[in-house]
Amino acid sequence: MSDLAWINGALIAARPQAVGALLRYFRDMDLAEEAYQDACLRALKSWPEKGPPRDPTAWLILVGRNAALDGVRKKAKNTALPEDDKISDLDDVEAPLVERLDGSHYRDDVLRLLFICCHPELPATQQIALALRIVSGLTVAQIARAFLVSEAAMEQRITRAKQKIAKAEVPFETPGPVERAERLASVAAMIYLLFNEGYSAASDPARAPLTDEAIRLARLLLRLFQTEPEIMGLTALMLLQQARLPARFDTNGEAILLEDQDRSRWDPKLVSEGLALLDKAMRHNRPGPYQVQAAIAAIHARAATAEETDWAGIEGLYLALERMQPSPVITLNRAVAVAKLHGPAAALELIAPLEEQLAGYFHFFGARGAFLLQLGRDGEARQSFDRAIALANSPAEAAHIRRHLDRLMAEKVS
Amino acid sequence: MLYTLLCYNKEDVVWSWSKEEDEAVMSRLSVVHERLVKEGKLGPSLRLLPTTAATTLRGPGVVIDGPFAETKEQLLGFYVIDVENLDAALAVAKELSEANPTSTYEIRPIALYVPETRPNAPTQMLKMY
Repeated sequence: MSDLAWINGALIAARPQAVGALLRYFRDMDLAEEAYQDACLRALKSWPEKGPPRDPTAWLILVGRNAALDGVRKKAKNTALPEDDKISDLDDVEAPLVERLDGSHYRDDVLRLLFICCHPELPATQQIALALRIVSGLTVAQIARAFLVSEAAMEQRITRAKQKIAKAEVPFETPGPVERAERLASVAAMIYLLFNEGYSAASDPARAPLTDEAIRLARLLLRLFQTEPEIMGLTALMLLQQARLPARFDTNGEAILLEDQDRSRWDPKLVSEGLALLDKAMRHNRPGPYQVQAAIAAIHARAATAEETDWAGIEGLYLALERMQPSPVITLNRAVAVAKLHGPAAALELIAPLEEQLAGYFHFFGARGAFLLQLGRDGEARQSFDRAIALANSPAEAAHIRRHLDRLMAEKVS
Repeated sequence: MLYTLLCYNKEDVVWSWSKEEDEAVMSRLSVVHERLVKEGKLGPSLRLLPTTAATTLRGPGVVIDGPFAETKEQLLGFYVIDVENLDAALAVAKELSEANPTSTYEIRPIALYVPETRPNAPTQMLKMY
């Protein structure tokens, strides 16, 4: 790997910690980002000549902070002094930086940075876009590509989101245990949203980095909060789902159902990391929704063939998940397991009461159509598939249902 | 003489590599691996999963999430074991720890395992000292 690639990797890896620490110093997102940018430029100049520092993150924080303070001082000659709170940590400029990095500030810095992006007034897509810009350091162009919007539109979206969070009062003191747990839960939800944003359209290469980035952020969070079973569960869940990527689409980019996937193409490294993390989480005996979902994914990962899937185990886990967070979508998922275990009639009965709530949900009509088809109720199945197509979110989803319909037609003819 | 080469790096950087970067490094390494195999010099080799997947047993009874993080102690040896899951691995570590109570055992899953390749590899225990 060339020097430049190594430096680039180091800058990407250091970004959340460094921007998080700079934000704590300056209490101003723009200033923190500028400072980090400055430090990166200096790193690109200095590291190839002098070699990389032993602790790149500490180097970037120190250099970024000094550069920003220089900027503030230069401006101060011409304008009024900056407000005190913008340079609130000036007192301990001399404090040994390494000590601060090892301290608990460090993990709270990163958590705060992620948490800022989860502002409840921001719609989910803006939370994700902001996290990608601020925490991950993706360019606006990269984010725009991933969200299939123009660069100008994304720029505007991020600017607006930043304005909103600038007005919000983000507490800078070290959070207490309850507050920390709440932040962690919001951040976990945002990371999973980010993952799903990439996962649902993974055949599109522009969106692929979203899933990788979500996994990277989850690993980062896990390094900082090593004893949180739900963070282990979230990471395991994403790793186990990501492992299927090489088998999820055919050469035309059309989705392949889980049961039809070539399991030898699942990424064994990601599977074993996911299973290892789930093992760790379960030892805590503090189950939560991410752990249960990861356990479901693990059952699929452990089945060498689709026929060997432990559907009874999956049904039990969906039942547990329904109790934790009742939702018709989870019941619908349980119905798939019920169909495998007790037949399509039982599954239809289970989902019948959900129709009103899921009237706009593609998967509801897809699943119902499939159950009806198994029962030989072709006419009703066709109706259900037609509604599914009308509700499809992507061409791949629609194409998938059309294949069901084509099969139906072909059988009719023969 | 048998040697083990222990590879150290910044994990957050390495696990931030893109698939292409990772593959590029692995393919450069495989050139060296293949030559060593041809020369009959390569014993078992392996790549570990990240430390986030690690669990540590400190003394026979204390299980800690995460890797071994002390800097006052040094790496003195390692085992590769083939067991069902983390609980089974911890049971083995606990037995070892009971026999050697001052040692700490980090249980780290393996990402990639390349078995012995030397044609005349010893099949019995070798004491090197």
